[in-house]
Amino acid sequence: MSIVGRSEVRVDAFDKATGRTKYYDDLAPKDALLVRVMHATIAHGYVRSVDTSAALQIPGVVKIITCFDVPDIPFPTAGHPWSMDPSHQDVADRLLLNRHVRYYGDDICAVIAEHEVAAAQAIRAIRVEYEELPFVLDVQKAMEDGAPQLHEKYKNNILNHTSIRNGDYAAASQEEGLIRVEGWYETPTVQHCHIENHGCFCYEENGRLVVTSSTQIPHIVRRVVGQALGRPWGDIRVIKPYIGGGFGDKQDALYEPLCAFCCTQVGGRAVKLDCSREETFVSCRVRHAIRSHIISYLRPDGTFAARKLECFSNQGAYASHGHGVVAKGMGAFPQQYPCPNVECDCYTVFTNKPAAGAMRGYGIPQAMWANESHIDECAKAVGMDPMAFRSKNLMPVGFTDGFSKNVNYFDTYNQCMQKGAAFIDYENKRRAYANQTGPVRRGIGLAAFWYNTAVFPISLETSSNRMQLNLDGTVTMQCGETEIGQGADTAYAQMTAEVLGLKSYRDVHVVSCQDTDITPTGLGAYASRQTYVAGFSIRQTGLLLKEKILKYAQEITRQAPYNMDIEDGNIVRMTDGKVLMSLSELAMTAQYNPVHSEHITAESTYTIRNNAYSFGCTFAEVEVDIPLCKVKLLNIINVHDCGKLINPALAEAQVHGGMSMGIGYGLSEQLLFDEKTGRPLNNNLLDYKLSTFMDHPDLEAEFVENAEPTSAFGTKALGEPPACSPAPAIRNAIYHATGVAFRQAPITPHILFAGFKEAGLIRD
Amino acid sequence: MYDLKALYEATSVENACALRIEHPEAQIVAGGTDVFVQMREGKRAGKELISIQTLDELRGVTIDADENIRIGSMTSFSHITRDPIIQQYLGVLGEAVDMVGGPQIRNAGTIGGNTCNGVTSADSASTLHAYEAIIELTGVHGRRYLPIKDFYIKAGTVDIRADEGEIQTAILIPKTSYDNTKGFYIKYAMRNAMDIATTGCSVNCRLSPDKSTFERVRIAYGVAGPVPMRAPSAEQAANGMPVTQETVDAFAKAVLQDIHPRDSWRASKAFREHIAVELARRCLTESVKRCGGEINGTV
Repeated sequence: MSIVGRSEVRVDAFDKATGRTKYYDDLAPKDALLVRVMHATIAHGYVRSVDTSAALQIPGVVKIITCFDVPDIPFPTAGHPWSMDPSHQDVADRLLLNRHVRYYGDDICAVIAEHEVAAAQAIRAIRVEYEELPFVLDVQKAMEDGAPQLHEKYKNNILNHTSIRNGDYAAASQEEGLIRVEGWYETPTVQHCHIENHGCFCYEENGRLVVTSSTQIPHIVRRVVGQALGRPWGDIRVIKPYIGGGFGDKQDALYEPLCAFCCTQVGGRAVKLDCSREETFVSCRVRHAIRSHIISYLRPDGTFAARKLECFSNQGAYASHGHGVVAKGMGAFPQQYPCPNVECDCYTVFTNKPAAGAMRGYGIPQAMWANESHIDECAKAVGMDPMAFRSKNLMPVGFTDGFSKNVNYFDTYNQCMQKGAAFIDYENKRRAYANQTGPVRRGIGLAAFWYNTAVFPISLETSSNRMQLNLDGTVTMQCGETEIGQGADTAYAQMTAEVLGLKSYRDVHVVSCQDTDITPTGLGAYASRQTYVAGFSIRQTGLLLKEKILKYAQEITRQAPYNMDIEDGNIVRMTDGKVLMSLSELAMTAQYNPVHSEHITAESTYTIRNNAYSFGCTFAEVEVDIPLCKVKLLNIINVHDCGKLINPALAEAQVHGGMSMGIGYGLSEQLLFDEKTGRPLNNNLLDYKLSTFMDHPDLEAEFVENAEPTSAFGTKALGEPPACSPAPAIRNAIYHATGVAFRQAPITPHILFAGFKEAGLIRD
Repeated sequence: MYDLKALYEATSVENACALRIEHPEAQIVAGGTDVFVQMREGKRAGKELISIQTLDELRGVTIDADENIRIGSMTSFSHITRDPIIQQYLGVLGEAVDMVGGPQIRNAGTIGGNTCNGVTSADSASTLHAYEAIIELTGVHGRRYLPIKDFYIKAGTVDIRADEGEIQTAILIPKTSYDNTKGFYIKYAMRNAMDIATTGCSVNCRLSPDKSTFERVRIAYGVAGPVPMRAPSAEQAANGMPVTQETVDAFAKAVLQDIHPRDSWRASKAFREHIAVELARRCLTESVKRCGGEINGTV
């Protein structure tokens, strides 16, 4: 019986539910000094001087590092695989602390103290003199001539601009009888709000720096700490324990370099740096706010003649993941709804806001907000039902993308939409909710999404794995693809047990903690790559281990390896089904054999040179109370084709989490800034309106399981896709209910008030 | 770890008053759900605290000799919501304080703290205003009683005399206010839990025996001005008037003569005014229903 495909209990469930799981803060030495960062209180300018004299008098303050004390070594922070091609390497624009302040909250000093009260008092006592410069928050204003410049090298603050040109947009849009649909769509700055804030600690051991961090990418963090401190990468050891979520925020080197530097400034003593929630909102990473402009030329039959897209991505103050995010979103545009004549341009632009990095969906939630909102407007313009319009125009079966070589093997979009429509009773409700006139109206909407798994061919995709047969017949497994709360370890245990023919996934001990001294080099958790990418090296390494086991079994049993297999943890002669010995007997015999002792292990690397589409959709039903400017989400369903499910219960949980994130994106979440000072206004969980379960209906998750042909286990991306389509589906449901085309996310009561007033639905 | 200079634990009300005289700069802490948050933010860093946490004599809801409902100042929100006296006579207050924060906050936070903070958004405050609550203050010279509208001086400031060692010991709801009334509270916030009101509206009414006339209507708001406030023009527009849609609409519109919300990044003045009118309409309509009345024949 297959172990893959079963809803097994998470391997870490008991410890997590009982509070035993150790996170970085549980592991820090009790005598660690605390590092607290002092943040700038201007949006743009220079630190002229820092007076630490009063702060240094405070009992418990050990040392204060200022922006004048750090090495002048710019370093990159993005959690991308290293590129051997210098032109593809990440932008190195960070210093440990900054004299040139580029956003309100930039890091200017670090206080090292014996306890947090002393650190807090010291920060209040430090006197800073600034030379203030004008600042800019708006992405398009930052591109204007004469706008404040953030980085010398990037004229008009443009970090990058890339384009797509297919066919001839200008000529095709001249065709007779075309209907033009145009809109500007806006998405907000949001934050990941992982439950565990980022933090790390560092101590020196035998001349090397040991950093334990709440990160998704331990091996990459090792490289960045080495770069930032100007030390050989081997001098740095990074340990990643269990972490309380990341959603891409921790796919950056965050405060590990500064923490490691502080450690070197106090003689190698252990120092610990904890981000507060307020700091996490501003001084870690945020999602890129992207403004998109779409023009579609449609024929009356509902086909596209020409389409144009412009995107302006707000990078904030530092490059981090940079242009890759909006570029991924732009890449979806000509693929999701193919049209022969397409013109796309996307710009990534520095502004005086917190740095934007990776966040669940990596540009696709922004792209889907724009594109899927626009698609409903197109359907309306030609008088078609939005689902029928999608069915007619979405990527057809057999479509092959020239760049990634991805193939749309199955009729996934239609299969997913049919499942979603059936659950939510789409057609009946669509009819029933037409032509409402009262103050409270209902609507139903959908949005499809495009996604692809992992980062091939833009970046390297590789996975390494090590397995060891233990004396009790269990197997220990290690890889660099990290458990960050998503359940990867459980999926790995199931896949390993499956390949090796073990009795249960419980017979696999996945070493959850990555330690760069021990763990095979890997890239970490991102790009929804975990099960897909790790799957290749798990299968390859598992087969290697099995080969070694059967080879040793041959020595003991005298049977030909090809006549043997492993079933339920036993060596079985396949020709007659006879159980020859248990794996434990084999392991014991091999280990303690006085003539030929062997501890049976396998290790291998697999370079993945495939990628896989992962598609699906959301249907949402809303009730809009027009006078109260309130939207109540009544029903919502996500349907995904992520190939074969490794663990259906975990897959469902993954979808629920993404839907929740999508609901907040559509209705309530938004980091706000004071226009006059650039100060963040709501960087806390009270004022930043993360949705609560009181704001959710039951979340429904369904799947279409078309086995992915390129995949080691038939599986593909599911980490990020669930967050991609809920927001535009909710938006389209509001559009259906009220006829008002909201184009700015989140659709808060304030936005509804303005929209309803303009539409004449609210009168004073 | 909190940056506090000293913590004095009161052993009785009398002791608390004495501690206030002894430590005039000290801040009273009850449930701690606001004070400790502020300390963490550095706003009260390095200050002394007087805790009244263990004063069980200040907990509980009773009906006193004059038939006032007496709510001890240390009574928690969740206690109030579940209290049988509140449920029988003052259900709307129990509902209103059930909208504070989340369950943990409601178990720890107290109605005394909610009012002594002097903030306009307090979920208990509009209902207490609409029921003309009386604040009981106890100091070294004895007790003092203040109508709640006089208790609030300005945003963040209430009339408690530290130099007389005063602490708030109870909140009284007079029988004349709660007798034969039903009320309704709407907390308008940006999400359905863990939020602070953008605007809060509490209405209660008493109908004539034949349910045709508003004998007495009270309405109060949070976040319609710097402190919680009644809307007297609206009350006047409904008192003694027939229970009709016209009265309800006139009542709701009249609210704008009384309230003065401000523009802030949290919400615009125009938005708050629009919502305030709509809330007044809905709260009165629901109050009438709870009284067993009908508006224009609709139940």
